[in-house]
Amino acid sequence: MIKAENLIRKFGSLVAVNDISFEVKEGENLILLGTSGCGKTTTLRMINRLIEPDSGTVFIDGVDVRTRQPEELRRGIGYVLQNHGLFPHYTVAENIAIVPRLLKWQPTDIRKRADELFHKLNLDPVLADKYPAALSGGQQQRVGLARSLMVNPPVLLMDEPFGALDNLTRISIRKEFKALDELVKKTVIMVTHDVQEAFEMGDRICLMDQGQIKQIGTPEELLFYPANDFVADFFKEQRLQLELKSVLVCELLPEYSDRTVSVWERMEQLLQRDVPEGSAIEDLMSAFSAYKKQ
Amino acid sequence: MDQTQSFWQFVIQQSDKLWSQTWAHIGLTLISLVIAILIAVPVGILITRKQKLSGIVLGFAGILQTIPSIALLGVLIPFLGIGPKPAILALFLYALLPIIRNTYTGIMEVNPAVVDAAKGMGMSRWQILMKVELPLAFPVLMAGIRTATVINVGVATLAAYIAAGGLGEFIFGGIALNNSNMILAGAIPAALLAILLDFLLSLVQKLNLKSIRISYLVLPFIFITLSSFYLLPTQIGGKMLGGFTPEFMGREDGYLGLKKTYKLGIETVVISDAVMYKAAFEKKLDVISGYSTDGRLKAYDLVILKDDKHIFPPYYAAPVVRQEVLDQHPELEGVLNLLSGFINDSTMTALNYKVDQLKETPEKVALDFAKAHHFYKPARVPGKGTIRIGSKIFGEQYILAQLYKILIRGNTDLDVITKTGLGGTKICFDALTNNQIDFYPEYTGTGFLVLLKPDRKTINRLAGDVKGVYSYVSDGFKQQFNIKWLKPIGFNNAYALMMRREQAQSLQIETITDLTNHLNQN
Repeated sequence: MIKAENLIRKFGSLVAVNDISFEVKEGENLILLGTSGCGKTTTLRMINRLIEPDSGTVFIDGVDVRTRQPEELRRGIGYVLQNHGLFPHYTVAENIAIVPRLLKWQPTDIRKRADELFHKLNLDPVLADKYPAALSGGQQQRVGLARSLMVNPPVLLMDEPFGALDNLTRISIRKEFKALDELVKKTVIMVTHDVQEAFEMGDRICLMDQGQIKQIGTPEELLFYPANDFVADFFKEQRLQLELKSVLVCELLPEYSDRTVSVWERMEQLLQRDVPEGSAIEDLMSAFSAYKKQ
Repeated sequence: MDQTQSFWQFVIQQSDKLWSQTWAHIGLTLISLVIAILIAVPVGILITRKQKLSGIVLGFAGILQTIPSIALLGVLIPFLGIGPKPAILALFLYALLPIIRNTYTGIMEVNPAVVDAAKGMGMSRWQILMKVELPLAFPVLMAGIRTATVINVGVATLAAYIAAGGLGEFIFGGIALNNSNMILAGAIPAALLAILLDFLLSLVQKLNLKSIRISYLVLPFIFITLSSFYLLPTQIGGKMLGGFTPEFMGREDGYLGLKKTYKLGIETVVISDAVMYKAAFEKKLDVISGYSTDGRLKAYDLVILKDDKHIFPPYYAAPVVRQEVLDQHPELEGVLNLLSGFINDSTMTALNYKVDQLKETPEKVALDFAKAHHFYKPARVPGKGTIRIGSKIFGEQYILAQLYKILIRGNTDLDVITKTGLGGTKICFDALTNNQIDFYPEYTGTGFLVLLKPDRKTINRLAGDVKGVYSYVSDGFKQQFNIKWLKPIGFNNAYALMMRREQAQSLQIETITDLTNHLNQN
């Protein structure tokens, strides 16, 4: 779906992105993870040509993006920013209608699609006529996402989409986004510096440092088979929690039917019950430690 | 002249003039503003795109802003002549900075995340400018336009100095004529105009740009521009054009007298004496109201038309001194009278020529003259007090002030400070009566008509009577203001109508009556 080949980009004497290549399959969520200044945002912005690479090529569906007119290219790619980037002088309804209007949609179609997304994103319809300044941070971010999803683009680029939110809001919105059917089908590339976020949202993680990829793989691969010391050190502090989140219950207990629930989520479920099922937790934990010893 | 005439009576009586001046003022302000907007907004946008240019452009516009308005008008005259053209250009230049700066600031202050989002969603640069940057910068941009408007309403008063009309005609005429009603009749409408335009623009500023079509803004804009040209004073249809100072226009012994006594019918514009002579020389004007001892008369080869019906009263110069000062320093009167008899009309014209045209300093001219006529004495050590000499704002007065300084320092133990450049008659005379200066050179005719304002009968009786006028002002000043007229210096700097020598000769015009007859031919 998306393929980056040998991307290099310099800003003055600084090499922001130094020979990066990766591939994202259709429907996959790839997380560009790293500390600030590692080149992850530059990499993201080269995909929709907000930044042009000095050398290297980005292909979308096999087509070199440089052969496409930049505005037309961007209209077909959803784009979500950290500070939502909503137009302060447009109402919520007008904000989410921007791309459809650029694509000359009929007003009735815009209205229909907006209603649908409002519903899916748990946005109160009365917000449609409000200006962004009147919305809470969480609402603004939902509107930002709704705006990027309006024309149902196959590819979505997200640059620290939860970065400006407080911790509690961030966690709950993240869960909501993850469960959203619109996002499940999409090819998503998301930039973040938050390790927890990367593990929760990503099918694969691309860990970057100083403009280069240190390792690219599934969360489990990065945790259990780090390619180098940098990768191992990077997750050291939150290791246990990450492991619990990245291992699925079905991998430990073959009889467990739901194949999407992680050990972490299963523990949360069990602990929330009024009468804790002590043995269930103990079984899970011992299976987990056995799994780790393999 | 009726001194008790109220402000409202003046406004009603002069309402025709007031309207035409107000319309001209609006015209000048709006045209210059519209041109400034058309140029400054794109320039402001350009420098947000080419950041390196911003410093140069804003610096340059800033320098334009600091040029004194009168100087700017003066600089433009050689290129654009007189009338509305240089005035509009000057106003345009003043309006540039606030509009460029606010356009630039407004756009730079737009949240970069919003512009980034617009770009990322696939808006073109033009769409980003029109739908994001300009609407968000609009309130700041409008604030700049409002600032420029208020500045322009103020500066447009100076257009009266270069025959472009506007409310400045009343303001400067009023100052020259010591007529408060006239000053207010110009100043109040100008102030109201500034407030009104600012208010109207504040309504525009609040408009929600998104919800109205651009054409709704563009149409009134075009309408205003076109109609503004209609408001400008139209001129030069007649045979000859007269350029008269605001003071001359309002005086019985000036334009009013010319109309009444000579039945002179000439198209006129109001203009500052600073540019009048040059404009006559450059054939922008045919007849001007000069002063008979002006050095520029010689420089530009102009001739005086003989006042054959004697409407211009004598203007013999003499120091007017506060009586208290004379009582305090009795030696002063004799010293000041030393100058009496030294200077006749042609001597004064020659001295003025040195200052006005040869650009010698009044100090040097005065010193050279004192040495040549052997009344120069080295300055004594002062210690007895200080005399403050005032002067109006033209060369002749500067020279006289310097001559008096030399005389006082050489012949008394008094120190001298000069307060030169006190604007017109009213400013100078008010300074004297308010004890801010001790004396200044005044002219008998000015004291008679402008300061004492006698009734019509007295004017008619004394017009042309040199001694009669002198004794009338002498007595009048003593009684009313406790100010003494010393001996006249000897020259008569009267009002005079002037023309270019070759034009006057070819048309065989020697007197004002000749001029009237020439204009009435056809």
